[in-house]
Amino acid sequence: MACIEARHLRKAFGPTVALGDVDLTVNEGRILGIIGPNGAGKTTLLNAVLGLTSYEGELKVLGRDPWKSRDELMRDVSFIADVAVLPRWIRVTQLLDYVAGVHPKFDRAKAENFLAKTTIKRTSKVRHLSKGMVAQLHLALVMAIDEKLLVLDEPTLGLDILFRKQFYDSLLNDYFDGGRTIIVTTHQVEEVQEVLTDLIFINHGRIVLQCSMEEFESRYVEVMVNPDQLAAARTLKPLQERNVFGRSVLLFEDVDLAQISALGEVRRPSIADLFVAVMTKEKP
Amino acid sequence: MNAPNESRRSTITRPFYWSVWREIWENHSVWIVPAIVSAIVLLGSLASASYLPKRRQNALLLDEMHRRAAIEAPYDLAAIMLLITAFIVGLFYCLDALHGERRDRSILFWKSLPVSDLTTVLSKATIPLVVIPLVTFVITVVTQFLMLLISTAVLAPSGLAGTTFQSFNLFRESLVLLYGLITIALWHAPVYAWALLVSGWARRATFLWAVLPPLAIGFFEKVTFNTTHFASMIADRIVGFAPEAFSYSPHTTPLMTPGKYLSSPGLWIGLIFAVAFVVAAIRLRRYRGAL
Repeated sequence: MACIEARHLRKAFGPTVALGDVDLTVNEGRILGIIGPNGAGKTTLLNAVLGLTSYEGELKVLGRDPWKSRDELMRDVSFIADVAVLPRWIRVTQLLDYVAGVHPKFDRAKAENFLAKTTIKRTSKVRHLSKGMVAQLHLALVMAIDEKLLVLDEPTLGLDILFRKQFYDSLLNDYFDGGRTIIVTTHQVEEVQEVLTDLIFINHGRIVLQCSMEEFESRYVEVMVNPDQLAAARTLKPLQERNVFGRSVLLFEDVDLAQISALGEVRRPSIADLFVAVMTKEKP
Repeated sequence: MNAPNESRRSTITRPFYWSVWREIWENHSVWIVPAIVSAIVLLGSLASASYLPKRRQNALLLDEMHRRAAIEAPYDLAAIMLLITAFIVGLFYCLDALHGERRDRSILFWKSLPVSDLTTVLSKATIPLVVIPLVTFVITVVTQFLMLLISTAVLAPSGLAGTTFQSFNLFRESLVLLYGLITIALWHAPVYAWALLVSGWARRATFLWAVLPPLAIGFFEKVTFNTTHFASMIADRIVGFAPEAFSYSPHTTPLMTPGKYLSSPGLWIGLIFAVAFVVAAIRLRRYRGAL
């Protein structure tokens, strides 16, 4: 079943088009990364999915219209924006009481177990927790909810490397079970590359690239070209060429692997490099 | 492994109940400020305790009506101070209720939970309409009871302690207070609802947005037509409950007139406005995100 189904999704703020005619299908059990520069429309897209903003066009999330039935949808959807969102005045115990009191799919024991592995005190107020601890707390809440869709908008912004690593490890090992769907936007692309099953590049409110990670890996290759074969390599129309320590690295789309491996050392491109290549080509 | 979890998850949720608690957790002022006022009143009656026997002897020289008024006065004053406190606390609570969650971006968290805008806004309206009146009732009764204890202890040696109880009946006073709190809360409902609506609408300076437009209208009317209909309408909204809910005659305790109160158009017109403002605030919250 499709978890998210969008047809001709559009959103404009006055003359500014935040989303222009987006078609998108996200199937159940996928982990989708939405990558785009600042102001590309990522957050607007997520807000539409979460019922936080109105839109034109058709959008169904888990079979519901998010703008008309946000509160019902939120029984099956969780959301972590960046860490500043938990109210600063609340105590950890109050937060657990509240979520347990309003959320039919919250398993308090699970959240307590997760918190027991951290140094977060139950009596602390959120304002007295470090940024990393707030992220852990929010993750503990979300992981104890048996939802169908989890939306993460820059979830690790401002966290140090250790916390970021731990965040994605917990998410994959303790949470993701294949029945759930995750959407994540982030600028720290290299950290999610191993996590994703699907990829979308978005720019100026439009989807400029959409593929599964299997397609990504079979479609794109990067070659560190031997200097004497550079001219030959360039005739194969690389997407992008860049210099790494004096060697030329060329990024190719849909080329014959046998032919290309003769030119130099073949590597798997990073999402970040492909992103740069696509975005520089996009620029008018 | 999954089966026991399933049964635990099917527990009944109470979003409205917990949302009201959420408001009380966040807004300590709804009980701390009345408690502070009560402490000040009690300190005052302790400080003036030494004059009490002399004052009481003077009061006893008066005729019955004046005597009753003189003996009751400090208790009434305490109640009136707590009622005014309740109004101010309720007003400032409402002016922040739908603004604070946008200012600190926590609205994104609240909206990520299965709680509707209807439940959220109604839980916030419950604070000035139900919670603050209840808190005020309890604190006022406790305050008056402690004042009674102080005065009894001070007057006991001179044998005058009994004279308080001839004039002052805490039980009856509490009934009048409860009736007063309900009539005031319903009369002020449109004021609170207006403050809620402004707090959900304004990007900043909610107090100014709530207060300046009515002032401007009143001023405009005075300058243009040299009349004060709007200003007196606003004044009636603040204090107009009193002549409807009570009947006063000089030197007697006011009588409760619920029939007159319930049949006054001012009450029902006010409630219609209150409902309209609350409905608008609920609709508005749907469109609102972090500031």
